[in-house]
Amino acid sequence: MSEQWQPRIVAFFCNWCTYTAADLAGVSRLKYAANTRVIRLMCSGRVDPQFILDALAKGADAVLIGGCHPFDCHYAEGNYKCLRRFQLLKRMLKDMGIEEQRVRLEWISAAEGEKVKRVINEMTETIRALGPLGIPQKFAAWDQEMEAFAAHVEAGEALKTPCSAHAPQQEPAHV
Amino acid sequence: MDKPSKSNIRIGFYVCHCGSNIAAMVDCPAVAKYVETLPNVVLSRDYKYMCSDPGQELIQKDIAEFKLNRVVVASCSPLLHEHTFRGAVEAGGLNPFFFQMVNIREHDSWVHTDKAEATAKAKELARAAVLRVAQHKALEVKKVPIHPDALVVGGGIAGIHAAMTLANAGKKVFLVEREPSIGGHMAKFDKTFPTLDCAACILTPKMSAVGTHPNITLLSYSEVTKLDGYVGNYTVTVKRKPRYIIEDKCTGCQDCIVNCVYKEPKFRDEFNEGLGKRKPVYIPFPQATPQVVAIDPKTCLNFRNGELTNKCKKSCVTACGEKQAIDFNQQETFLDLKVGTIIITTGFQTFDAKRMPQYGYGKYPNVYTALEIERLVNTSGPTGGHVVMRDGKTEPKSIGIIHCVGSRDKKTNRWCSRVCCMYSMKLAHLLKEHTGAEVYSFYIDMRTPGKGYEEFYDKLLEEGVHFIRGRVGEVTDWAMSKEEMEEGKLIIRVEDTLAGYVRRIPFDMVVLATGMEAQSDAQDVRRLFNMSCGSEGFFLERHPKLAPVSTFTEGIFIAGACQGPRDIPDTVAQAGAAAAEALALIDKGHIEQEPNTAYIIEEECCGCKSCLPLCPYTAITFDTGKKKAVINEALCKGCGTCVAACPSGSIVQNLFDDDEIFSEIQGVLAHE
Amino acid sequence: MSKPKVAFYWCASCGGCEETVVDLAEDILGVVEKVDIVLWPVAMDFKYKDIEAMPDKSITATFLNGAIRMTEQEEMARLLRRKSVYLIAYGSCAHLGGIPGLANQFPREQILKFNYEDAPTIPKGEQTRPLTAFTEEGRTTTLPALHNVVRTLDQVVDVDYYVPGCPPTPKITRAAVDALLSGKLPPKGSVIAPDHALCDECSRKDTKPDKWDFVEFKRPHQKLMDEKCFLAQGVVCMGPATRAGCDAVCTEGGMPCTGCFGPTSRVRDQGAKILSSLCSNLAAKEEDEIEATLAGIPDPVGTFYRYGLAKSILRRKINLPAKS
Repeated sequence: MSEQWQPRIVAFFCNWCTYTAADLAGVSRLKYAANTRVIRLMCSGRVDPQFILDALAKGADAVLIGGCHPFDCHYAEGNYKCLRRFQLLKRMLKDMGIEEQRVRLEWISAAEGEKVKRVINEMTETIRALGPLGIPQKFAAWDQEMEAFAAHVEAGEALKTPCSAHAPQQEPAHV
Repeated sequence: MDKPSKSNIRIGFYVCHCGSNIAAMVDCPAVAKYVETLPNVVLSRDYKYMCSDPGQELIQKDIAEFKLNRVVVASCSPLLHEHTFRGAVEAGGLNPFFFQMVNIREHDSWVHTDKAEATAKAKELARAAVLRVAQHKALEVKKVPIHPDALVVGGGIAGIHAAMTLANAGKKVFLVEREPSIGGHMAKFDKTFPTLDCAACILTPKMSAVGTHPNITLLSYSEVTKLDGYVGNYTVTVKRKPRYIIEDKCTGCQDCIVNCVYKEPKFRDEFNEGLGKRKPVYIPFPQATPQVVAIDPKTCLNFRNGELTNKCKKSCVTACGEKQAIDFNQQETFLDLKVGTIIITTGFQTFDAKRMPQYGYGKYPNVYTALEIERLVNTSGPTGGHVVMRDGKTEPKSIGIIHCVGSRDKKTNRWCSRVCCMYSMKLAHLLKEHTGAEVYSFYIDMRTPGKGYEEFYDKLLEEGVHFIRGRVGEVTDWAMSKEEMEEGKLIIRVEDTLAGYVRRIPFDMVVLATGMEAQSDAQDVRRLFNMSCGSEGFFLERHPKLAPVSTFTEGIFIAGACQGPRDIPDTVAQAGAAAAEALALIDKGHIEQEPNTAYIIEEECCGCKSCLPLCPYTAITFDTGKKKAVINEALCKGCGTCVAACPSGSIVQNLFDDDEIFSEIQGVLAHE
Repeated sequence: MSKPKVAFYWCASCGGCEETVVDLAEDILGVVEKVDIVLWPVAMDFKYKDIEAMPDKSITATFLNGAIRMTEQEEMARLLRRKSVYLIAYGSCAHLGGIPGLANQFPREQILKFNYEDAPTIPKGEQTRPLTAFTEEGRTTTLPALHNVVRTLDQVVDVDYYVPGCPPTPKITRAAVDALLSGKLPPKGSVIAPDHALCDECSRKDTKPDKWDFVEFKRPHQKLMDEKCFLAQGVVCMGPATRAGCDAVCTEGGMPCTGCFGPTSRVRDQGAKILSSLCSNLAAKEEDEIEATLAGIPDPVGTFYRYGLAKSILRRKINLPAKS
């Protein structure tokens, strides 16, 4: 990557509250960091944990979910379903080595354009301080350990060199 | 151009300048140029105003000329113009859902300050839409019939006008009012500004028309407790509170009131703002509609304990005689109504003046709220229109009116209540007329936009009302000196900002022009009807300019002061507008539903029942024969919660299916 | 006419998959009659160089079980890919990473250190590490090295078909062999098993409630389980998120499904999906109540990705090093 690294935040916003609030922030000409990319869903209940994992795996440094306040869900209780999934997912992500600040769930009503601004600015700064997550780069780095082999086998040379010679790194002898 | 294009998908991309709204912060030609390089894009343009007729025609022409089968427009929020562009795509001969919109105005150009960043963001959002639209499927808009009956909630002037408009158009209307009578705030007013016609004279004929209209079912002393269904097919549960009178049998003769064991009215009269008294059995005001009395169980002896009960002679029952309209055993009942559209006109409440203790309301007896003065100057009010102070006899010789009490104040409510300047002047005029007192008006700014309003102000100036520009610091009874005639008076301390010094002015009576705020239970009502509230607590309209009486819930409209402070002409205009919107829906006969419903692929479903309890609309049922779950698409509202939860990925949501969202994720993240 | 050549090979696996081949019982004879087995290290003696010497694509089908954990396994996977027309990932480990894939939660160094130094079974002073090369009297002996990442077969080489299961049942193995021999093959990349979830073939299905409202989760050893749906008893069962085809042998045998057949074709991440489904159906609404209910799932990664961690969207604990 060229220039200075910028956090990339993928946001899943409920159509009825947070997405509308973000529209309101626009209409009110509030200014906030340009690091989020909003994906509109009809309800935070539509946020499949797969979306969050996929966004992170495809290069998002963080994921923000915006839903309606408790009791205010346009569809009665979709926000609670989102909250419950989020709580376990967050714990699981921690187990998988992802800092918990990288996923955030916020209740933002259609009237809270200011909150959109605040949350996005806060989150951008938090992620900037944390640094890149860079999962695609990690996948690439992990798979480098196979590159030598792939080339050798494809060239039909596998037989001629003992397999250990391709080992990514020699193990220490006796410890 | 050598681009991977595995299918026969042909996307046309348009980026809108929106004049300079977008173009000033996003390099539109650069976005168009970039999108041209994306897979399946055969055409990419930037254009000044995409939503204009020529813009829409451009799309239609391109569809024909370039054989486009998908269209993406990057412009404003889809909540604003998605419908417009779908229409253009459809007019061009494509299924309207082969369209995706990119929000680069509200979510981009308007909120960012760095052109390079904003342009980069626009490109990524556009890429997401281009990838997404390739996954789009042709969908059909479903038509759902609309129940022709309507519900109006709140019987103030807004509700009355909306109900009358609908009823006059031949629609059956249910009007629900939680108080024993309709009329709302307007019924309490004496005269209306700026014409000074009497509020009762213009309102009460409308009230009685509501009461007698064959198309209106008036449910007074009732509240909506539950809402089910969806636009066109709502089921509303109405709680009918016991008024201990059988409405159909009461003729409004009021014999029961006359014969109550309480010979004199003794209890706080809500209608007269507590300035008058009423009996436990009462009719709120002479022109109340319906003309049906009510018994207040809190004060009626029959409902009290022990000895008090025995003191009740049930003389009202005797007085009622054969009519047998009194029923002390009346219970709460619940009524289910089927309606297609709903108009919410629940009005406002006045600011509680006690929240500004510096003005002494509740502490000094002769500090009044404006609404109290309305009753005091009213001929049918507690004093018969005789303006006297709390002692019940002394006429005030000097009156100070303080504007903006609970308005334009960061400590209470920030907004301007819009009506207070005008009603303060109206009261100034009326008080002067009734008492001949010296009247002072203390204002921050005089706000008189409206037909005949500024002229009314001129008239008041000529009448000799004193206007002092300045926010009042305090009202006190502490006299600084005898010479200034402050002894025994209420002294208003104010900085006269035109004269440039702080003044102390003594008055007999002080009137607080309290502002308007959302009803204290607005949040409950909002939840009940699935609406939103703005940050100030009033119900939120769908769009401040283009959909001022619509809400985010289809088929539910708002009018009057529940949406924000406004005066009677504006309220009536809005009520008419809401009724017209409802009529448009009813007369169309059906509603076109966004086809974002979910469906279960039968052969893929394993019948695990995970989704079954997740649907708040009970759209998901279990086919016990096939042992699989089934979604009733007519009941599905398209939230997608079950889709996200289906552990085997066997539920699909139209417009938001997994592949569409995954491609959006890929689009916003793909590195250049 | 020469018989089609078939190879069996194992990588990082327990040997259970090999057992299944043997479990075909008499049917194995039918298979043996129809094919030439050119490689089956568990049962017969073949040399690496024999395979190396074969022309490319001369093996009709190779059934490879086990994850790719070591350099030697990677080498064999690549070699067999080149020599085979069809490469079949056989069993959960080759398909999803399997139990060995759970090692993706730990750095290689930690695994080696524990197993060769810190494990309580290793006497003090006798700690030793395996060498990858040892030279004595001018002759060098080598051993394969452990990769940092456990991989599924398709993360290393192109895979034609998948036969799921830990181990695959004889029934679906037979179905795969029959498909191959008859030439009636599904589209490339298919998992040879039904594409719906397990509940459909579970005899406990009829005991499922219409409303879940989970208030607690228990692990199998914490509860006396009866004949009802395990989820209805608050025991995590992966059935709803797991492909059918096993005839529900675990649930029939009194244990909940642990997910070895992997997700259906429509799901990208089995763990995320069961998480979504279970959590959506919690009764609690307040954060701390939710937390309390979810405390019954102490190890979500180990529970939801018991077989599928290597194949999951994140693949591996993210902050682990790429090199040791």
